Parts: sequence; C-alpha cells; structure tokens
Amino acid sequence: MVAAILSVAFFVIVRSVAEQAAESTQDDILSASATAIADSLRSEGSNVMLDLPYSALSMLGTLSEDRVFYRVFTGDGTLTGYDDLPLPDRTPQRGQPAFATFDYRGDQVRAVSVVRPVGTGTSARDIIVTVAQTRLGLEQTSRTITTTAMGVGAGFFLVATGLSLWAASAALAPIERLTGAVARRGPHDLRPVTADTPAELMPLVNALNSFMARLRASLLRNEDFIAEAAHRVRTPLATVRAQAEITHRKLNKPEHRRAMREMIRAIDESARSAGQMLDHAMVKFRTDTLAGDRLDMCALIGEVCDRLGATADLKDIQIVRDLPDEPIPARGDGILLQAALQNLLDNAIKYSPEDSRIVVRVEQGFDLKVSIQDEGRGFGDADLTRLKTRYTRGANVGDIVGSGLGLTIADEVTRAHGGRLEIVTNQTGVGACISLILPRI
Amino acid sequence: MYLAHTAQNLIAGLIAAALMATPVASYEIQERRIYPAQGETSVLRVISTADLDVFDPILAAFQADNPGVSVDYTVTETADLMQALYEEGASFDLAISSAMDLQTKLANDGFARTYTSPATEALPDWARWRDQIFAFTQEPAVVIVSDAFFEGQQPPDSRDALIALLRESPERFRGRIGTYDVRRSGFGYMMATQDSRNSESYWRLMEVMGRLDAQLYCCSGEMIRDVATGHLALAYNVLGSYAQSRLAMTDGFRIVQFGDYVNVMLRTALIPQTAENIDDAQTMVDFLTRLGTRPDLVALSELPAIAPDSFQANTALRPIRFGPGLLVFLDQLKRGAFLRNWEDSLLQD
Repeated sequence: MVAAILSVAFFVIVRSVAEQAAESTQDDILSASATAIADSLRSEGSNVMLDLPYSALSMLGTLSEDRVFYRVFTGDGTLTGYDDLPLPDRTPQRGQPAFATFDYRGDQVRAVSVVRPVGTGTSARDIIVTVAQTRLGLEQTSRTITTTAMGVGAGFFLVATGLSLWAASAALAPIERLTGAVARRGPHDLRPVTADTPAELMPLVNALNSFMARLRASLLRNEDFIAEAAHRVRTPLATVRAQAEITHRKLNKPEHRRAMREMIRAIDESARSAGQMLDHAMVKFRTDTLAGDRLDMCALIGEVCDRLGATADLKDIQIVRDLPDEPIPARGDGILLQAALQNLLDNAIKYSPEDSRIVVRVEQGFDLKVSIQDEGRGFGDADLTRLKTRYTRGANVGDIVGSGLGLTIADEVTRAHGGRLEIVTNQTGVGACISLILPRI
Repeated sequence: MYLAHTAQNLIAGLIAAALMATPVASYEIQERRIYPAQGETSVLRVISTADLDVFDPILAAFQADNPGVSVDYTVTETADLMQALYEEGASFDLAISSAMDLQTKLANDGFARTYTSPATEALPDWARWRDQIFAFTQEPAVVIVSDAFFEGQQPPDSRDALIALLRESPERFRGRIGTYDVRRSGFGYMMATQDSRNSESYWRLMEVMGRLDAQLYCCSGEMIRDVATGHLALAYNVLGSYAQSRLAMTDGFRIVQFGDYVNVMLRTALIPQTAENIDDAQTMVDFLTRLGTRPDLVALSELPAIAPDSFQANTALRPIRFGPGLLVFLDQLKRGAFLRNWEDSLLQD
C-alpha cells in the first residue's frame, strides 16, 4: 500500500518535472527563433524590412517534426507570415518574451512573442514577432518520459511489494516455527521451548518459558494440595472412628451404644463424602491434562474389587467378576479410571440389599464395556441424564446417606477418555446396570 | 495489348479535352488522363507535377496490383498544385510534387493527412516528414557539360573549380553558360536557395556567371538540348534524373556531379485533407515508397528510387531536409530579397 502510494507519487513527480523540462526547452528554442527574426528586422527609410534568417525556422525543426507558424506585425498590419496567427493579448515588454498556449489550425500551439523597436526618431515603431510551434514533440517527449516513469514506478512497486512480502514471511517464519513447536506439545509437556528462534523473538520465548515454569509450579502445588487435603481430612476421621469404636465397646447402656453407632455411621459418611469430593477435585484437575498410559483393564477392575471386597462382605454381598483371563489393553489415566469404577462399585454396594450379588462384567465389542449389575432398588423415575450432574441423586434414595458425586465422577472420567456412561434401570424396580463404555484401542 | 493501351489513351485524351473545354478551376491543368479499370470499384484522383510519360508505367503497374481502381491523373505545375490545394480547396486523393518546399508548406499548414504503414516506416528519417510527406525518388541537381566543348579536357569537379575556370577564360564561356531562371522555375528557385545556404561560393558563382552573360532557362529539357547541340558549354543545376534519361537518347553531353556537394531533391507524395478515397491513396503511397523494390518500374519511369546506400557511397550527396527551414524561402519578403540579390548578380546589363 505504502509502496503503491510512493510509486504513484514518484510517477506524478517525474511526469510533471519532465513536462516542465520539455516545455521550457521548447520555450527556449521559440524565444531564440523569435529573437533571431527580430534581430534581422531593419528599416529602410520608412519601410520595415526583414530578411528572415534560415536558422530562425530551421532550428525549430531540429528537435521534432512540429508545425511552425510565425507572424511579424508592424502595428499597421502583418509584414509577413501567417496573418491570422493571434497576437499576444498584451503587447509584451521589450526584452521580455510573452508566452501563450492556444489552438491554431487544428492543433495546440505554444507561441512566443517578442517586441523590437525599428527605426529612429519619430519613425521608430514597435514590431511584434510571434513564433508558434505545435506541441507534438513535447507530447512525445513527455509521453516517452511518462512511459519510462510508469515502468520505473511499476517496477519500484513490484520490487517493494516483493521485498516486503519476503521480509514479512522471513520475519513471520520463526514465529510460525515457534507456534508449531508449542502446538505439537503433549498436555504435560511444560519444558522450556528450545525451538531455533532469531534474537528478536528471544524476549517472547523467554516470557513463554517463564510462564510455563510458573504454570508447572502452580500445577505441582495444586496436586500437592489435593494429596495433602485428602490426607489431612481422612486421617483425623480415621482416628475419630477408631476412638468411637473403642468407646462403643465400653458403653453398656443400649441408648448410649445406639447413639455411638449413629456417630460412627456419620463419621463413615463424612469420610466417604470427603473422599468423593477430593476424588472429584482430583478428577477435575487430572482430566484437564489427561494422561495416556497403557493399562490392563482386567488388573485395574480386579484391584477395585479387592479394595471394596471387605465393605461388600459386611453386607454379605458377593461381587461376581465376569472377566476374561487375558489382559485387556486400554489407554488412559489409571488413577481416574480406578476412581470412576470404585465410585460405581461403591454405589452398587451401598444401594444393594444384604445377601445379594453384584456382577462386574467386561464386554469387548466395538467398544470396551465395563458394566456393574446390581440387584438394588434402581433409580426409580428420576431423569437418568440428570443423575450424572453434580449432587443429584436418585428419586428413591430414601434413608441412605450420599453425596450425589459418585456418578458425576464416573461420568466425567469416561467422557475425558472419549467414552460415555450408560445407565439402564430395570423397569420392574429391581436392580440397575451402569456401564462404563470406552473406545477400544 | 498495345492496341488496347492506345485505345485507352485515345479515350482518356477525349475525356481530357472535354473537361478542359469547361474550366472549373482557376489553377492551370496541363494534362489530364483517366485510366479506367475493368470492373471499377473506386477512383483514385491524383494531382501531380510529374509528366504522364514518366508516370504512365507506374500507374499501369499500380493498376495491375490493384485491379478495380481507376486512376484520374491530373498534371499541373508545382505552383498550380499549391494553388489548387492551398487556396482553392480542390479535392484530390493524392498530391505528387517535386516541390519539397511547397509540400512542406502544405503539411505544416494542416493540408495533409497523417499515415503510417510498414512501408512508410521503412523509409529513412530524411525521406518523410510528420508521417504526412513521403519521398519516393531522389533526384540530384547536376551540371551537364558539352562533349564538344570539353573535348580532351577535364570538366570542373566543384563550384570553386568552375569559378576558377570561368575566370581563367571568360571569352570562351561568354553567353555559353545556362542555368535556371529562378524567378520562373520552382525547382530552380529551390536549388538556388539551397545552394545559398550550403556555400558562400554560390553568390560568387552567380556573380561570375552574370558577368559572362549567362543564359536563363525555364526547364531542364531546353538546357540539355542546348548543351547537347554544343550551343552551351555547360548548364548548372540541371535535374539529374531528367538528364540521365535524355542521355540514353541524345549524345553530345556528359553529366558531372560536383565533389563539394550535390543537392538531392526528393519527389514526394502526400494525402490532402480534401481526399475522399483515402484507402487507395494510402495503397498508392505504399506502392510509391516501395518503388526501390521494382527495378523494372525504375527503369521504365527513369525515376531513381530512394536508396539510402547511395548516400554512403557518395558523401557529397545531400538530401534536402524537410522541416520548417524550407518555409523560410517561401516567405514573400525573403523571396523578394533573394530574387533581388539573384538579379543583382546575374543581370548585370
């Protein structure tokens, strides 16, 4: 854009300068011609005589093939030349040529008039000599210069544009390299950028690296905080529960023992809720930068079943593992998947009646489907899709204490892994089946 | 073929006679002939200063190349051609003249049309002006000398040598030198004015010739005749092409080209503003400017075509330059002054 404006300005300036130069050249020659004619005027008695010098007109033909007109006017009439050639509007001063431009005989002409006194004493008269020339040569010269100027201007513009494009792409190339290097990074890759960058970009790279260092420190702090919080909340609760158990055994009055049992149950729920909330916070944090570790789904399910085995035994619930013998490969964040399964299984145990069965089954079809089938009360008429949102519980939870976070955790984990949570409630009101569906690898 | 041609001439002559019986213009027509075309599609009206017998082969060849174009050819003097176009606004499609100054005046004052074609652009710069005047012949002004008079003697080879010879033996040359009466001949005037520009020795030569009672002529033909018969010893500023063609028929004279300089007159064509059949006029201009490619026509018409090489071969040849300079000697005051000078030199009775 700037190059275009500069080119146009250059063109206009060159053209106007060229035109002025060409015009002043023509004016000079015309003046010389008119002066030569005026100089050859002489008086013989009362008559004015003129011996038209050959060079006066031939010099006008040296530069171009322009038409030439002249007139010598004595004041009484035309002495010689073209008697219809217009005289200057005002009689020019002696020694001061008067220039004019007008149309004559079908062409635009440039005319110069000079005045010379001829004769002596009372017979002295001012003679006006006018010489005019068409401007064909002038136009040709200015056209030539214009064409040249146009060519130079266009060339200038093209070169400037080309250079600026080249400069822009050369300047932007390192930025694009840098962008690519940052975009290609994995979610946990917060190492400093080491892409080859020019010195001009060093401040940007430094700022980026320093930002990533702070981000990494902040993430580490968050992880520490979650671990610390889980520890700090759970450990005292475990202590309180142990003390309560001991106290419970020492108490004799049945109403005291009942009160203490209620207390223990409340402590259990608190510990569980705190655990779920911390699980959820952890899920939130870990799904943002999901790990893609290779896992064995079989081993992972087995571990979760083992961990909850004791809780199930308390209610005489049998966990049936319908699992294949060989490992089931999966990709994802093992801790999250474990948390999701643990929450689902924990829910199943909580809502199952005593002396019932929970079947954990793995099906490998188009997807990898881990389902937990219980014989509990199901979800009633609750909106199944809303169940997955935070703190929402089934319509028939009744007396059972819960936070409403379990399904939310499982749902968020499966979605972070590109899968979905399927809830099928038995229409007869007995049993529900929750499936964690993940894409196969 | 010959009979047909004769019949054609006869018809043309009759038409010319009929037209001349009813004068419509005040300019004087010397001769007029119409070359009718079979299956005529257009008529090209030419006004020319070249005689019919010179231009006849060119017109015939043009018609052979351009069947269907009838040519109406009018011959006038150079001054009549000027008067017809400049003052009377007569309508012609092409004007052919040997008067470079008058053709220049016509072009300068806006009476000519501009035309460019590959043929005209192939002409050297000095052979065209403003793309309006196109030269198609180059005809030098020469000196012719009598064989009888210069028997066993080398004729002079420059103006200075001629002046020296005349001064050496004035009695031998008295009354036996011929030149143009520049007051009556346009060609003579143009050559004289060009001489006066080219060399100071011109006026000395005129002085010497005047003292020796130079004979004045209107035309090259008569000078050649008088030199060939030995009546004149030499004639100065004779149209070279004319002398050359006479040399084939007549004995008794030689052509001398001076070594100091030789003025070369260019015969030119221009398309007047009043032209109506511009297409054929342009075709004719192209045809004429390519005359050099037709040696047969050059031989038949005896018009020397434009040949830039000849100027390299003989550096004394100087083509008369087109341009405003040619207008100077057309200026009435200038012409009057020049003729007074000329008369003072030549008429010393």
